[in-house]
Amino acid sequence: MNRRERMMEDLEQAIREHIERETEDNVERGMSRDEARYAAVRKFGNVTRVQEDTREVWSFVWLEHLWQDSRYALRMLCKSPGFTATAVLTIALGIGATTAIFSVVDATLLHPLPYPQPEQLVSIQDDLSGVGGKDVGISVPEWHDLERSGIFEYVSPLGGAGSVNLTGASQPTRALFLGEAPNYFALLGVEPRLGRAFHPEDHTPGFNLEAIISDGLWKRAFGSDPNILAKSLRLDNDLYRVVGVMPAGFHDPGRTAVERNVEVWLANNFDAPPSPPPLRKSRFLPEAIARIKPGLTMAAAQNRIDALVASLQQEYPEDYPPQSGWKVRLVPLAETVVGNVRESLILLLGAVGLVLLIGCLNVANLLLARASARGREMAVRQALGAARGRLISQLLTEGLILSLVGGIAGLAILLSTKEFLLRILPEGLPRLNEVLINWSVLLFALGATVVAGAIFGLAPAWHAGRADLTAALKQKGRGSTGSGQQTRARRLLVVTEFALSLVLLIAAGLLVRSFWDLLTVRLGFNPQNVMAVHTWLPVPNDPQTDIYGTVAQEAPFLREILRRGKTLPGVEEVALGDQASVPLGHGQNDLNPYPLIIEGRETPSNQSPLVDGLVVTPEYFHLLGMTLLGGRLFGDFDDEKAPQVVVINEALARTYWPNGGALGKRLSLINARGAQANASWTTVVGVIADARTESLAESNPPQIYLSLYQRRAKDLAIFLRGRLDPAATPVEVRKQVQSVDPELPVFGAQMLNETVSASLSERRFSMEMIGLFALTALLLAGLGIYGVISYMVSERTHEIGIRLALGAQRRNILQMVLRQGLGLAIAGAGVGLVGALIVSHLMAGLLYGVRPTDPVTFAGVALLLIGVAVLACYLPARRAIRVDPLTALRYE
Amino acid sequence: MSTKEQRERIELLQGTLDLLILRTLLLGPTHGHAIAKAIEFNSDEVLQVEQGSLYPALHRLIKRGWISSEAGTSEHNRRAKFYRLTAKGRRQLAVETGKWDKLAGAIGQILRPAEQEGES
Repeated sequence: MNRRERMMEDLEQAIREHIERETEDNVERGMSRDEARYAAVRKFGNVTRVQEDTREVWSFVWLEHLWQDSRYALRMLCKSPGFTATAVLTIALGIGATTAIFSVVDATLLHPLPYPQPEQLVSIQDDLSGVGGKDVGISVPEWHDLERSGIFEYVSPLGGAGSVNLTGASQPTRALFLGEAPNYFALLGVEPRLGRAFHPEDHTPGFNLEAIISDGLWKRAFGSDPNILAKSLRLDNDLYRVVGVMPAGFHDPGRTAVERNVEVWLANNFDAPPSPPPLRKSRFLPEAIARIKPGLTMAAAQNRIDALVASLQQEYPEDYPPQSGWKVRLVPLAETVVGNVRESLILLLGAVGLVLLIGCLNVANLLLARASARGREMAVRQALGAARGRLISQLLTEGLILSLVGGIAGLAILLSTKEFLLRILPEGLPRLNEVLINWSVLLFALGATVVAGAIFGLAPAWHAGRADLTAALKQKGRGSTGSGQQTRARRLLVVTEFALSLVLLIAAGLLVRSFWDLLTVRLGFNPQNVMAVHTWLPVPNDPQTDIYGTVAQEAPFLREILRRGKTLPGVEEVALGDQASVPLGHGQNDLNPYPLIIEGRETPSNQSPLVDGLVVTPEYFHLLGMTLLGGRLFGDFDDEKAPQVVVINEALARTYWPNGGALGKRLSLINARGAQANASWTTVVGVIADARTESLAESNPPQIYLSLYQRRAKDLAIFLRGRLDPAATPVEVRKQVQSVDPELPVFGAQMLNETVSASLSERRFSMEMIGLFALTALLLAGLGIYGVISYMVSERTHEIGIRLALGAQRRNILQMVLRQGLGLAIAGAGVGLVGALIVSHLMAGLLYGVRPTDPVTFAGVALLLIGVAVLACYLPARRAIRVDPLTALRYE
Repeated sequence: MSTKEQRERIELLQGTLDLLILRTLLLGPTHGHAIAKAIEFNSDEVLQVEQGSLYPALHRLIKRGWISSEAGTSEHNRRAKFYRLTAKGRRQLAVETGKWDKLAGAIGQILRPAEQEGES
């Protein structure tokens, strides 16, 4: 037994003795025994109060009260399981959903990149604003300039993540590889789990024949072989010695799923084949990352970069004419990795927060209704000496307990559905593999829970704090205070719920309309019944050993694939193209920009606008159903011996020959990345209609199509049209390709309509989530208004009875009730419209084809909301008109 | 208790009850009822203690170690709880008394000139 219990027992005895003595004193003064005792007790005061006060001396009072209140709250909650279940479920879903979204936001936006001193990591982006080039990549001499500038500890160009043929295993496979400078791992500050990283100062020309592999590839292809460091990989016919294995959790700071799931890292100094000659004008390195020297701020580094750019422009006026507008930007790596999902994620978090808030308001509403039922209980307890502060703290505790139970349930739901939830996240979401429930997420959940509990616990507590004791006690047994104040508070809650729901519904409505417009946009090509399967011709480091080194060497292979493809079951048409020609199915790095030089208005190549070039076989256009507007398409005769020809898209024709007459004009095409010196002129032989092959949301930029028989491409896509079996066809294609060249991998088969749909996956995800949240909000708001109107009807049953008895029409009663509900809904919608206008402008960047003030959406959503309100009010209203006047009048 | 009685009596200032208890126990250990009586009696019944409020105060003093409690027998040979001033309590009484004198003096100084002005 503890000290306090002993003291309390002593106290009880002491009090008894005390009162006895006083009684005796009083008897001595001449009172009767009963009188004396009564006087003694009166003089002593409230025994319970004294005991409580004394108990407080011996305890952590607040802890004790908390314990008492919690137990009481739990008892109360268990007594009304229906209410408790509703409230807990509302909170659980609210907290669970909010925490889930927060865990994504936390991983993508809040967490620093998982490398040491991540704030020093930057992405280096070159713009040629004068010729419409953004993030055009850098050249090898520029890379060395940056390294020598003294601004950075390390600069590493990334050769672009791609895939490489890994042969020697049972099946030639594609492994995602990244070519980077030898200093790459030193730059990131990570070490392999086995073996070593590349030597940062390695100056081997071109690729050095060392490879570092991922933990995944080590397990997948080598069965976690402990002697892996003695092995070699054959990649595109070259042998690489494995020098290291990265730890399991390591991912590159990539933007896309491909860039993040690299399996083989190869060090390259980019100054020998297969890289083109290191000239200033050949910006074949798509991107570079760097680590700023410690102590240098971002702004200071940018200033020094600007100075460096200015001095290089003076030193090499030929390469950097002022017209090209060359600029080098430093962007925090964390920002480029997240890219454009920031806006969507913030919108999602806001939306789910609103749902939680609406849920809280609903629970507050329920609690207020209960508080009115418990008004008498509170009054009695207060009359018996409970301090008002204690009552308030007790109601707050009830709220907190409720929200804690809800929060724990929410987390439990979240943890048990984690796998499923991670699967529904779009694959392209940056830093997806870092999403997890960590301490900061748990802390957030706790914070949200406490705030939620405070929000809905405060409403009844505030109400209790103002209750009029006498009035409450005078009330009849029903125990309702039904004060005007309380009704007002509940109405205010409902109006707020409606306003918030309207904001969410309008956001969702705008997203749905955008999405619909995207789905129905004119593609300009027909993805139905088309499959794209990929293969990749090897790029050996020594060009002499390349059996597909020239167009002439490659053409027989291409024709054989086309011939064999047509024999496959169900296949009606076959075409080939490079990676960039897969509509909506290629990355930014797959594009090959060419400086556009037009005969008769020649500009130096470094001042010419950049346009994307796509390399395809003649069958491509018909297979994809692209419309020829003028001239002709490629023919089989347009081969390496025939004059060079191109087909351009309408956008290009319109931009450079606005008055027509593009056909027959001649262009000079030098690949900006590959810098294949090819000064001969090519003739425009055809113009095709624009197709949305780059992005559904934007009409295509100017494009040039080149013939695969005139321009070599090694990243090949095989297009098939017909009645295809998505499972069997890729197997057939592999068999055919490998019977031509057994060393070639065949991978990445996808039906083109799936590719199109996948290009919308992030939009679809945020649309579906916001839509789901908005519907939840609508449901909650409907329940809220239903509760308030039901309560009002039951409160006024008596009055309605009198009205009916006095001859009121049922129609009038119905109108009266509906008017009440509609008033609330319209007030809420009015406030909500203002909020929605603000939100819709903030999310303008996420919309497509619909203005942020789209009147159809606004009006439609407002009507929907009011419709739901009418429905929610109609049920109690019907009850009101069914009131039997006689029963109602007797009912007291 | 008549309203007249109530008006003549003064409610205790916050915290002064502790001081009065300590002072009462300076005369020797005694039980709760006697302390209440003593405070009432010694102040010519001006200070009215709600007797119950004595007990939380006593426990507060025990907790601080200024008094101790022990079982004993009272005048009529009855069991009772006796409270005794500890050495620490004795020192505290001196400190508190000093504080009280200072406070009373200070308040007096503020009030006195006001009285004189009022009279002149």
